[in-house]
Formats: sequence, C-alpha cells, structure tokens
Amino acid sequence: MTRAFLALVLRDLRLAARVGGSGAMGLVFFLMLVAVVPFALGPDLNLLARIGPALLWFSAVLATLIGLDRLFQTDVEDGAIDLILSSDTPLEVLVAAKGVAHWLTTGLPLALLAPLFGLLLALTPGAMLAVAATLVVGTPALTFIGAVGAALTASLGRGGLLLAILVMPLMVPTLIFGVSAANAATGGTIAFLTPFLILAALSLVAIVIGIFAAAAALRQSA
Amino acid sequence: MPRLSSLWNLANPTRFLGLADRLLPWLAALAAALLAVGLYLSFFVAPPDYQQGETVRIMFIHVPAAWLGLFMYVMMSASALGTLVWRHPLADVAQKAAAPIGAAFTFVCLVTGSLWGKPMWGTWWVWDARLTSVLVLFLMYLGIMALWRAVDDPGRAARAVAVLTLVGVVNIPIIKFSVDWWSTLHQPAAVFRIDGPTIHPSMLWPLLVMALAFTVLAVALHVAGMRNEILRRRVRSLWLMEAERLDAGAETAAGAAR
Amino acid sequence: MSDPHAGFIIASYALTGLVVGGLVLRAVVEHRALRRALEQLEARGVRRRSARQETAR
Repeated sequence: MTRAFLALVLRDLRLAARVGGSGAMGLVFFLMLVAVVPFALGPDLNLLARIGPALLWFSAVLATLIGLDRLFQTDVEDGAIDLILSSDTPLEVLVAAKGVAHWLTTGLPLALLAPLFGLLLALTPGAMLAVAATLVVGTPALTFIGAVGAALTASLGRGGLLLAILVMPLMVPTLIFGVSAANAATGGTIAFLTPFLILAALSLVAIVIGIFAAAAALRQSA
Repeated sequence: MPRLSSLWNLANPTRFLGLADRLLPWLAALAAALLAVGLYLSFFVAPPDYQQGETVRIMFIHVPAAWLGLFMYVMMSASALGTLVWRHPLADVAQKAAAPIGAAFTFVCLVTGSLWGKPMWGTWWVWDARLTSVLVLFLMYLGIMALWRAVDDPGRAARAVAVLTLVGVVNIPIIKFSVDWWSTLHQPAAVFRIDGPTIHPSMLWPLLVMALAFTVLAVALHVAGMRNEILRRRVRSLWLMEAERLDAGAETAAGAAR
Repeated sequence: MSDPHAGFIIASYALTGLVVGGLVLRAVVEHRALRRALEQLEARGVRRRSARQETAR
C-alpha cells in the first residue's frame, strides 16, 4: 500500500511538472492577486502591512481553489479511477496521494514564497515568518477540504465554479485561525500558540475527513 | 414485528403518496390555525418590550425561522444517512425536498434579523458571531442546492449531496466555534446584546406558539415537497419509457419499410 | 401602531409572508402540473410497470 501511495504521488508530481500541468500556475495566480490588490486599496504601506497576513491568506485560499477542479477529473475521464476501484488498493489511498501531491505542488510552494510576497506588502520579518509558518500548517486543510469538493464535481465536467461554492464555507474556520495566528505573532492580545495549535488541529481533522469523504464521493459517482 | 413492517410500508413511495394525500390537508389546517393563534398572541397579547418597544415583535418570526433553518439541516443530515447507508429512495426525496425549505427559513432569519438590527443597533448588519454563523449556514444551503441542480441523474445527485451534507454537519460545530472565537477577537465597539434580560412569560408563550406553528408549517411543506418530488421522478421515468418505446417503434417501422 | 419603527416590523412580517407564501404556492403549482403530466402520460397509455401488473390482475 505504501508503494502504491508513493507511486501515485510521484505520478502526480511528474504530471504537474510536465507541459499542461498546473504546477506553477497556482503560484503565478497567487503573485497576481498580491500584486493587484494594492491597486484597489492604494499604495499605503501602513495599511498594506496591517492587512498583509490576511491578504496573503486569502490569496492562498483562492490560489488553492483554482487548481482543485482538475484534481480527480482527469482520472475519472481516463479511467484511472476504475482501475484503482478494481484493484486491491483502497480509494482512500488514491485520495491521500492526490492530496499530498496537490499540497506539494500548491500549498507548500505558496507557503515558502509567501515571505517573498510579504516584501511587497511591507511585512516585518516576524510577520513574514508567521505567515509562512501558518500557511505550511494550514494549507493541508485547504487542500483536503477542497478534495471533497473536487471529488463531488469530478464527473460533472464543468465543476470549477460549483467547487468553489461548495467548498468555501467549509474553509471559513481555517481562514479564521490562519489569519488569527499570523496576526497574533506580530503583536496583539492573544498568544501565537493558541490559534496556531487550533489551526494544526483543523488541518489534521480536515485530512482525515477529507480523505474518507472524497473517497466516498468518488465511489458514489463512479 | 408489526411496528417494523408498518414502517417498511410507509417507506414504499406509493404508500407514502397515499399517506401524504390524506395527511396534508390536516397538517395545512393545523399550521394555519396555529399561525392564526400565534399571530394574534404576538400582535395583540404580547406587551411591547420596555427597552426595545414594539420592535420586539420581530422576534416572534425571527427566532422560529432560525430554529427551522437548523431543524431542516438536521432533517437533511438524517435523510443523507438514509441515502448513504440504506440507499433508500424515500431518503433521497426527503433530502431534496428539505433543502429549499431550510434555505428559505434561513433567509427569513437573516433578513428579519437585519430589519431588527437596524432600529436596535443602528446598522443593518453586524459581524456578530450568531449572525455570521447563520450566514455561513445559508451559504451551505446554497451550495447544496447548486449541487442538486448540477447532477442530472437523481440517484447520483442524492448520493453526492448526502456526502456534502454530512461533511457539512461535521463542520457546523467547528464553524460555530471558530466564528465565536473570531468575533470575540474583533469585539465591535458597542453592540446591543439581545441575550441580556431573560425572556418574560408574556413573550415566551407567543414565541412558543409561533415556533410550533412554523414547525408544523415546515413539516407540511416538507411532506408536500416530498410528494412532488416522487411525482416528478415518476413523470421523468415515464417520459424516458415513452421515449424508449417510440424509439423502438421507429426502428421496427424502419425495418419493416426496408 | 404608532411605533417609530413600525416600518421595520411590517417589512419583516411582509417578507416572511412573501417567502412562506412563495413556498406554499410553489408546492401547490408544482403538484398540479405534475398530476396533469401524469394524467396525460397515462392517457397516452404510458404506465408504470407496477401499475400495469395491478390492472392485469
């Protein structure tokens, strides 16, 4: 099972790196969002520094959503899902592998590049570090909550907008605690660790629920 | 086991249709009577609040609407279990009929809350924990209804929605908790708290009667919606049968002509 | 009602009436349309399998 898992992760990573893969696309979109928002708000660095963590987190949510609709769609279309259904490997392993690969190509790079984009928003080094840390811990929740939506819309063919509608209310807690933790690190009345640990717990819960719910959704639609 | 078998009979869609036809007039009459009594109590018997004046009368529809918004979601979740575990068609139907009713009552709750907030708080909307949670609940209803519309096959749609509903029901306490946390973090400057004084019996009775009236009304609407959904599925399958027969007829006719 | 906020109260009740009325109306109208569609289909001789068995018996 471990070997199947690793094989599936590697396959997805390779696909993401190829032509037509969406590996770098999420990152470019993330950069676009961070670059465009100051045009709406004005170049006031104090304001941008204050809302910077929230802005980076919100952009991360949107950038994660963008790549999600193809998560299972290609596998449903080319029959890979049916192959896995008829093999010994549980569908949950496929979902876990897909989620991990998606996180490695979207969530993790977003978190690692967030400090760089933080420069544009005049974040302090402490705030940059906090945003990066919360994104590393929080983006798995976004990926695996999104995986449920991706599984539900996999066989629809036109799931992009519907996926966002289904999944965004469920991402509210992650967003709240991600931004709270990032803001707490740069001062404020609450300790950094409280929201940070809750964020970590949310991620773990989302991974478990996401894997089983997405697998159930795929089985229902297959 | 006579109890079990009668329950099983009820689960047969045709039996359900018969029962719904007999039950609905009574349910509708009961709902109308309760609503009449409740409206009378809340307009002519309940005194105006010493702080909020006449505006408190909005509570008699706002609170029951909030209760039903939650109640219909619980109903949907129970039906979702029926869909996924027992694969029962009647559970699919119950699930589908509950969604628009729950969404409508959640909407009423939001708008009446807003109309209550404007004279009391001086603003149409505050990002208060309760309001925000209800807003997220409303968004989830909208998502569920969007998913119903997106999948053509009713059976498959029901199973997909069931997964989403159950994921939602696990998430509702988490969302409530996180919104509470968030709202204490961003405590707005001066907000009139509704939960200050305990409720006086002269207001409690109209509220209870209205809540009961709304509940009976929602159950009646739900039964009516389920009946319509069963009929809609019948019409759909009959259309498909007719189309198939016409197809086959055309083929044999073409074969004979050749 | 001489309350300064009468407008808000009336608006709340009116909106609730509209929404509930809409739900009731939708249920009734849909029911009529579906019954009519079923009757038309049956008049054209399209029957459900279970219904046909009942008439055969």
